[in-house]
Amino acid sequence: MWRASLISHPVSLFFTFFKIGAFTFGGGWAMISIIEKEVVDRHHWLSREDFLDLLAIAQSLPGILAVNIAVVVGDRVGGLRGSIIAALGTILPSFLIILAIAIFLTPDMIKSNETLSHIFMGIRPAVVALIVAPVLTSARSAGVKWSTVIIPVFVALMIWSKWTFVSSPILYIVLGAIGGYLVLRRQQSKSSQP
Amino acid sequence: MIIYLRLSWAYLKIGLFGFGGGYAMLALIESEIVDPGWITEQMFTDIVAISQMTPGPIGINSATYIGYVVPGQYSAAFASPLWGLLGSIICTLTVMLPSFLLVRYTSHLISRHRESTVIKGAFMGLRLVVVGLIASAALLLMNSANFGEAPREVIASISICVVAFVLVYFVKWHPILIILLAGLAGYFIF
Repeated sequence: MWRASLISHPVSLFFTFFKIGAFTFGGGWAMISIIEKEVVDRHHWLSREDFLDLLAIAQSLPGILAVNIAVVVGDRVGGLRGSIIAALGTILPSFLIILAIAIFLTPDMIKSNETLSHIFMGIRPAVVALIVAPVLTSARSAGVKWSTVIIPVFVALMIWSKWTFVSSPILYIVLGAIGGYLVLRRQQSKSSQP
Repeated sequence: MIIYLRLSWAYLKIGLFGFGGGYAMLALIESEIVDPGWITEQMFTDIVAISQMTPGPIGINSATYIGYVVPGQYSAAFASPLWGLLGSIICTLTVMLPSFLLVRYTSHLISRHRESTVIKGAFMGLRLVVVGLIASAALLLMNSANFGEAPREVIASISICVVAFVLVYFVKWHPILIILLAGLAGYFIF
């Protein structure tokens, strides 16, 4: 199937994901619905059911969600080559735009240009607010309760403390995964006992 | 050259442990890139702002910008744009590499065991940790680098932060609009 459409697929695969990368702000969930529309409704590369299956897989692996989806969809459409093409298509627009910004808007320029430095002094506290908001949204979607709120609070304070190795985010990612498994196993073995 | 190796190692870790989306990844970028002193707290905040205002995932945007900036900050020998370009390419590719390999080579395993206790339990735990990761990123940015030192500056910054929070969380305005307005406010206040 891949061989038969050797000419059309790689090109349209690349441009589909390039378009998705170029026109979605914020990545993540904003991108998903657009990817779904392109891949399922427009190009018929996958059925909706297949897409939702792949989405679940992409979500359960680390890394950038939009890239993960591009890799699984690309793989289905054209194997290894397909996944490389789709991944590069997704990141290329951001890469080029940010590169252009980095070349012209250097950190030194933000610091030394008076207008720019004042503009960024206003932007920085707003960025903090933009990160506080997803704390609350993710707490709600994770179903944080009074009995479990201690976990995110503890993790945040330990990382914030910057105190030796116990402030490493990676430590808590590993512990969280192991701990979650142990808790669920215990719950299940309890509920299976008569 | 060692800076490129260290950057790749940092971004491999960010890519491998980057669960929970862009905001959670910020905590990893803080510990892997800001803590070694490769970029300042202010630059980090500015990069987040720029990433928010441009299309594409925040993880890719920040990798490209950080990869471009760090070599020049690290040593004057790497100040030319070509060294920056090399850094951008390396960071962007290394942040993708772990998940690229995992997605390609473990997706069958994952889909077969999606309902297993291991995967369901791990994600139950990870979801809670991710909330803490995002909160730590927010806490770490509440410092004098971002809020200023003079009392007048701090009060103005806190006001901007509170108004921005209400607009994004309750009024549900788009982050780009909020950043633009905050920039405008900064121009007139400071």
